[in-house]
Amino acid sequence: MISRRIVLLMFGIAIAGAPLAIRCARSYAQQAAAHDVPAARSGTVVMLCDGKTSIEVKDLKPGQTMSRARAQAVSDELMDRWRRAHPGERWEVAQATPPSPKASTATMSGTQAPAAAPSLEVQQGDTYASFQPRDYKVWKAETDKFVAEGKRVFHDDKALGSTIGISCDMCHPDAANTHPETYPKYQVQLQRVALLRDMIDWCIENPIKGKALNSNDPKLRALEAYIYAQRKGVALDYGKH
Amino acid sequence: MAARHKSVETKYMEDRDKVLRGMRRLDRRTFMKVLAASAGAVMAKGLMPPHTFQLVNVAEAALDKNASATGAPGTPPFTFAYISDTHMYTRTLNQRFVKGAVKAVEDVNALDPQPDFVLFGGDLAQLGRPDELQQGKEILSMLKAPVKIMVGEHDWFYDLGDKWQELFGPPTYSFDWKGVHVIVLMSVYEKDFWTARKLTPAERMQIVAGLDNGIQSRFEVGEPQRAWLKKDLAKVPATTPLLVFSHSPLYKYYRNWNFWTEDAEQVQALLRPYHHVTVIHGHTHQMLFNQIGNISFYGMLSTAWPWPYAPQGLPPLTVQMNRPDPYDQLDGLGDGQINVSKEGLADMMYNLWDRNPVTVHAQYLRSHGKVYRPPAPQFASY
Repeated sequence: MISRRIVLLMFGIAIAGAPLAIRCARSYAQQAAAHDVPAARSGTVVMLCDGKTSIEVKDLKPGQTMSRARAQAVSDELMDRWRRAHPGERWEVAQATPPSPKASTATMSGTQAPAAAPSLEVQQGDTYASFQPRDYKVWKAETDKFVAEGKRVFHDDKALGSTIGISCDMCHPDAANTHPETYPKYQVQLQRVALLRDMIDWCIENPIKGKALNSNDPKLRALEAYIYAQRKGVALDYGKH
Repeated sequence: MAARHKSVETKYMEDRDKVLRGMRRLDRRTFMKVLAASAGAVMAKGLMPPHTFQLVNVAEAALDKNASATGAPGTPPFTFAYISDTHMYTRTLNQRFVKGAVKAVEDVNALDPQPDFVLFGGDLAQLGRPDELQQGKEILSMLKAPVKIMVGEHDWFYDLGDKWQELFGPPTYSFDWKGVHVIVLMSVYEKDFWTARKLTPAERMQIVAGLDNGIQSRFEVGEPQRAWLKKDLAKVPATTPLLVFSHSPLYKYYRNWNFWTEDAEQVQALLRPYHHVTVIHGHTHQMLFNQIGNISFYGMLSTAWPWPYAPQGLPPLTVQMNRPDPYDQLDGLGDGQINVSKEGLADMMYNLWDRNPVTVHAQYLRSHGKVYRPPAPQFASY
């Protein structure tokens, strides 16, 4: 029996024009019903969210996931096909016109985006104006996930590499008194100007007694994201003591 | 010449003796000047005053003598010391918190005269493990003065109090001390959040150990204990001063961090008929004081880590302590002592390590901030 497993790849286009995120977005499964997906012969059909372009990944069985590299190759192939079929067009502008009215309704429901509904008074046709509510939804989900990972690390002495059972939240519940808005500032005890990440690393090395993280370490980036997220709305005030 | 050379320590001790000798003849105003000057001299030499405790005791005695001459509360009939929130892991995992607790024990043992008793304010252990509690008991047993202990949530929620009670007895009790009725409450009961979630004891404890999670319940004294309190107070006349020890503040400060007791108002109602009531609590790891009607509240310092002031709900009478310096592991921590006057009024002394001590007078709270305002912070919370 032929299975009809569908995997949708969502393409977010970064402002710079490069692919931002590749998602197997289960939450869009219902919207996918609006797309007419061809039946899979032996593997899994992967469709671009234009609702038209699709390819079959032959040896991908239902329930299996692709490696990141493989998923990237599949999505690159999909985008190449789309570009060949639409010479001279820009993906994000094309997506401003949904593939079908039905799909459009489904996509719009339940999202909150700053973009106004298209009208004669609003400028159209450029990158920013082309983003759809689903783009904002994806971006928010990604950002919240990043912050949530930071919250997890912040509260987990083992993830922080503490050798003495200490985690950030023990002194900074809800990241209180981390004052990210005051950096950069001259840190008297370090005898130099410090960024928030320098202080995070200082805490990891000293009270926490772990190993300082490289500034590109995903944990450090996530911690920074969580700490900033806790101070939403507070005015930036660099150099404040 | 060796005979003419004096070490830094010798010079310091000589200066200190001179100051102390001079103090006996001083009025209060001059005394404060000398105190400030001597503290300044000590700081200028780069020395931490190791005898801060004694200096301030003399200061208190001088102030009290002065006060009694003008009809204010007289000589304290007794003093007790406190140590709180040591949060000790076993020393094999974490030396730092054990060192803090031992330092506090040494502070209190150095007091001369010795306090009548030492109040331990709860959270002896960090994760309520039997070995942590056992180690805590051994450290407290080094105290020369008798210990009055109360329980904190970190001591309780691993085995729901089994080991703690085995070591220390019932968590709720009362006794009379020099005309004051002393009540020790277990204020950190929580409604069962763990059974439905199928949590292990360790998971339950870990959740309670954190402040900023919404999973655990709010602290409460609970109906049975309130009934006990009512019965206990039935034989105590309203003129008898009350001292109440609870781990959580017996008022509502900040719900999200459980700086909070859910049935605080009901407990306060039972204490309302009494003329002088002082509640001493732990849990909040900061200089914290409040006055609600006839009840004065003092929070105790921790020996493990300080907590920031909560974003809302800080009692208006609280004078914040300066923000702790993260580069100094002792800063914002400490212990202290409480002088109880013959009227049953309690003055609280915060013996902040690596900082000047701060005394909060009962009259400051009872006058709602009109007199004896403690020094203001230079660096309040962000």
